[in-house]
This record gives sequence, C-alpha cells and structure tokens, in this order.
Amino acid sequence: MQPVIFALLALITLGAAIMVVTTRNLLRAALWLILAFFGIAGIFILLNAEFLAVAQILIYVGAIATLIIFAIMLTHNVMDPTQPRFDEQWGVVGGFAALLFVALAAIVTRVAWPVAAGEVPADAIQRLGAHAPRTPEHKEWFH
Amino acid sequence: MVPLTWYLVLAAGLFCIGVFGALARKNAVGVLMGVELMLNAVNINLVAFWRHTAVSGMTGQLFAIFVITVAAAEAAVGLALFIAIYRQRRTVNVEEIDTMKG
Repeated sequence: MQPVIFALLALITLGAAIMVVTTRNLLRAALWLILAFFGIAGIFILLNAEFLAVAQILIYVGAIATLIIFAIMLTHNVMDPTQPRFDEQWGVVGGFAALLFVALAAIVTRVAWPVAAGEVPADAIQRLGAHAPRTPEHKEWFH
Repeated sequence: MVPLTWYLVLAAGLFCIGVFGALARKNAVGVLMGVELMLNAVNINLVAFWRHTAVSGMTGQLFAIFVITVAAAEAAVGLALFIAIYRQRRTVNVEEIDTMKG
C-alpha cells in the first residue's frame, strides 16, 4: 500500500512542480506551488514526521504561499504576456537541470546508504522539543 | 516501507525542477518559487535520512525545521526586495535588473 501512496504523492508533487516552473500565469504557478507543498506534506506523513507535515502546511501554504501571492498581486501586469516567460538561455539551463538529475539519481541509487530499520519512538515530538536548541537555564522544563 | 532511494530520487527530481525554475524564469517572483522548490527537496532528503538511518535521534527533523525557518525569512526578505525594486523601476524582470552587472 505504501509504495502506491508514495507513487501518487510523488506524481502530484513533481507534476505540480513542473507546472510551477512552466506556467505563464504566475498566479496559477503560485496555486500549483501550493499543491506541490501539500504533496510534500503528504511525503512527510509517509515518513512518520507528522509534526513537520503540519509545520509544512502552516508555514509554506499558510504563510509563504500567501506572501508570494501578495507579491504577485502587488507587481501585477508588469510582464508583457507576448514576451517569452523564460530567458534566452533556458535551453542550456534545461539541459543542465536534466543532466544534474541524471547524475544525482545515478549517485543516490549506487551509494550503499547505512540504512538502519527502526520504529519511530512514541514520544517523537517530545524528543524533538527536548533536542531543540535552548538556553541552559530552561533545561528543567524538559524533565 | 518505501526504500530510502525512492525518496532521494524524488528529492533530486524536485531539486532539478527548482534549479530550472530559478535559472530560466524571467519574473523575479518565479525565480523565488524555484528556490522554494529546491529548499523543499532538501527537506525531503533530511526527513528521509532521519527515518531510514537515525530514527531515534531527532537531528534530521530539527535541521528540516531550520530549513523551513530560513526559507520563510528568505521569502519575506526576497519579496520585500522585489516590491521595492518594482516601486522604483516598474519592473520585476531579472534581465532588466542589471545595474550591478560588472
């Protein structure tokens, strides 16, 4: 079941990401960006990082995407819609990005990562808080 | 459980899409969206490594929180810069913002 959910989330995330960088209308690109952020939050849940998934939705969808949409609205109608949306070296850049992906994928699939199976501790969020940087005088709060 | 490599390949793909957006887009806000995609790809890597190699420690998730914080600050500063440039120059086209070009 998990591989199917992963494939679905990966498809949503990558598809939305491609739409983000290729859509002409920037406001639509920002909406695709929100979909990509939701897909990544789903990936975090699949990885048992529920706190990060919630933080992802709160901060990225709630704050950053809103900020981006406001910036788009405040700089409205400055781009000439008859002009290309990419600069003229976009072909080179696309080739570079594709090459980078092939290289990265080749590396990460060949390296023997020190994978250690383990269960997520039940008090994962408490541990996260206890490991967070803090001033020494507040140490007693976490006992 | 889904193998670690799948997550790493997904993150690599997302990062490369972000690279393309950041380098090819003409609109400065579009460039910023590409950067956000790259930062999210890094987060997927951090959390995937946490889950698959060091699940009892919390280092991976903590670093992801750092990245989210930095990304939020970066978006705020970047968009403020673009709006300031727009008010002065009436453009957010990165090809026209070249005053500091050597």
